[in-house]
Amino acid sequence: MSHHDAIVVGVGLAGLTAAARLAEGGARVLVLAKGVGATHLGPCTIDVIGYAPERVERPGEALAGLGDGHPYAAVGRDGVQAALDWFKGVMAPYPYVGGLEENLLLPTAVGALKPSAAVPGTMAAGDLREGGEVCVVGFRALKDFHATLLADNLARAGIPARAVELDLVPEGRADVNSLGFARAFDAPAFRSEVAAHLTARLGRDERLAFPAVLGIAGPTAAWSELRDRLARPVFEVPTLPPSVPGMRVFAILRERLRRAGARVILNAVVHDAERSGGRVTGVQARVGLRDVRHGADWVVLATGGFASGGLELDSRWRAREVALGLPVSGAPGPGEERFRAGYFDDHPMGRAGVRVGRDLRPEGLDNVLVAGATLAGAQPWREKSGDGISLSTGHRAAELILGQRAAAPPTEPAKAEA
Amino acid sequence: MAIEHDVLGDLMRGSLDHCVKCTICETFCPVSNVTPLFPGPKYVGPQAERFRVPDETSPDASLDYCSGCGVCTQVCPQGVHIAEINTQARAKLRERTGFRFRDRLVARPDVLGRLATPVAPVANWTLRNRLLRLVGERLVGLDHRAALPAYPGRTFQRWARRHTSPPGVRRVAYFHGCGANWSEPRTGEMTVELLEHLGCQVDVPRGQACCGLPAQSNGMFKLARRYVRRMARRLAPSARAGVDIVGTSTSCTLMLKREAREILGLDDDADLRLVSDHVYDICEYLVMLLDRGELRTDFGPLPMTVTYHAPCQQQGHGIGKPALDLMALVPGLRVIENDATCCGVAGTYGLKHEKYEIARDVGARLFGQIADAKPDLAVCDSETCRWHIEAFTGARTVHPIEILHRAAGLS
Repeated sequence: MSHHDAIVVGVGLAGLTAAARLAEGGARVLVLAKGVGATHLGPCTIDVIGYAPERVERPGEALAGLGDGHPYAAVGRDGVQAALDWFKGVMAPYPYVGGLEENLLLPTAVGALKPSAAVPGTMAAGDLREGGEVCVVGFRALKDFHATLLADNLARAGIPARAVELDLVPEGRADVNSLGFARAFDAPAFRSEVAAHLTARLGRDERLAFPAVLGIAGPTAAWSELRDRLARPVFEVPTLPPSVPGMRVFAILRERLRRAGARVILNAVVHDAERSGGRVTGVQARVGLRDVRHGADWVVLATGGFASGGLELDSRWRAREVALGLPVSGAPGPGEERFRAGYFDDHPMGRAGVRVGRDLRPEGLDNVLVAGATLAGAQPWREKSGDGISLSTGHRAAELILGQRAAAPPTEPAKAEA
Repeated sequence: MAIEHDVLGDLMRGSLDHCVKCTICETFCPVSNVTPLFPGPKYVGPQAERFRVPDETSPDASLDYCSGCGVCTQVCPQGVHIAEINTQARAKLRERTGFRFRDRLVARPDVLGRLATPVAPVANWTLRNRLLRLVGERLVGLDHRAALPAYPGRTFQRWARRHTSPPGVRRVAYFHGCGANWSEPRTGEMTVELLEHLGCQVDVPRGQACCGLPAQSNGMFKLARRYVRRMARRLAPSARAGVDIVGTSTSCTLMLKREAREILGLDDDADLRLVSDHVYDICEYLVMLLDRGELRTDFGPLPMTVTYHAPCQQQGHGIGKPALDLMALVPGLRVIENDATCCGVAGTYGLKHEKYEIARDVGARLFGQIADAKPDLAVCDSETCRWHIEAFTGARTVHPIEILHRAAGLS
């Protein structure tokens, strides 16, 4: 029924980035998504390229070696840089540090070391390339974050580390996840209590690792207060979902979208495209019990890969892209090896996705651009490239559309407006 | 062909197998975020549902603290119908525990309106008398501070019976709901006047009563089914004639559009299906006309500041926030969008003594935003939310239609 300059399908990092950039650039944007996306699940560190296949120290230099089939080939180093610059600007209320020059090396919740190009400032002091002792502060009531495990694994990797566990529980709660603690940390009284419990138990030169739960309403207030009161570097370590850092990023991007005037509809399951020649003229979305058509000049597909349901593998081993029905490339055929034994192995099926050209368009379609984990040719969980690909391809898709719009007026008549 | 089995209902429950325990619903749940009494939608929904065996008592009654706002279903990236599962489970729980007198009362807004209207001055005095309200709180558990409807003593239906809508370029049927009929007849009248101004001939189908939503929310499915079937019968002739039905009570409109079919197992009701296919939230309908270039948009200037809160149940329509698009057509109007998911009252939830403070805490973010904005008017699509917001902020709160009515020079 409606007609927009651009429809963005998906509200993960790729979709939010594309939509926000498009709306800021003057496009009338409609965002359709089945539900809230991966921002709430991942750490939202911008991992551009961490392994290729050896650990990467200078991500900007490693980009060139990834080959033509990789999503970064469509973006280029300049494109990744532009996306990072934009993102860091947007994230001013929750500042990010780092860039393409060097990877930081941050601990995960189990004490593995993960290379990331750009990270929230609240995590930056966790860069383990710098020496020094680490004290991991844990909360016994917080599920899935075990300070001793983290410290022991860091020690095993040669980094001097120990754990301190606190028995503080946010008021009245029996079962607390990271968001419950983050809300508690929004209250100055809880921060004071934590600081008071720690003061006597800290070594002189330690830096302090906390689970990434240091506040949600003000994304840096609790972190800077603890750093100042404890007079030591303080850093956050991403937790299992829900991801508080991801929720901070989601809130900022969502607000950005709102201010730029984009329409956002959740629970809209895009399941088909209306085509005319080499163009998609509209999408079909299932909303509740209804099927609604939305027309657009451009469509950005950012529905994610197998994990998010943007790609599906059926019981007959057929892979499909669920929203627009785009062809999926790279899925192993009958008789070919699909999966390997180890969870983190190089699974052939993992490379499957929608193949695009340098303009992020799938073959044969002029006005559809694909961004994020739907793209073929990457293995984000091995490369540590997931959010880097999502951010840079989402940003690039928007830039390409804005460029085309500037070069030529829309092919379809603008809608009547007051 | 009769469907012997509730296929849609099974699909709702079966969606729990898609839950990957990602916790996104928990991060958005307005209730579990303010009280430990509700362990959250994931826990009481797809997780606990596995332990609910037919004809066996559920060990956990905490799902009673779900307000039914539906935000969990909206944000779930896996398509789990969490809110629908919880509403069905709550009904089963209540069937065993029995229904409180209070819940039987609030489940029948139509009966209350019928009783209160002829004696409106007495009814209003009673409902606003602190002493009697305290007695009511002790006796039936209706919180003495909760915002209850006022009864102006006249009804929208009476006005509609005397009103003749002139021919227009299109016909619509108006589903007014209990709120407009018994408590806010002016909202109903303004809706008809505005639609006529926009070129619609407006039918008001006779005999409209309660849609069954409050009964459904309170777990009284038998009553809810009776109510919604009756409502569907009354509206079906319009739908059968190809006339679109528009509603100003956004939660009741959602009931007819989707919830009664999904939750009450009424997908086999031919009248309901027909009505469900033809019913629109009024702002959704007007934006559809706008998108087609068929909406008259010559609104006059309205130099004022308003806040806009899209209620949780309005978001359940999956239509974005059409009221914002409509208010953007009004020159000089400054609209501040609130970003709260729920005001807390969720229909009848916040009226209950044991839940009143939860509802207040859920709404705190919204009330703060409205207080900060110091608006000339607050705007919200749902009547119970409007009364709740007014009680907590003191800001006069109106349906978006009232803004357009003013901007069209009709008031």
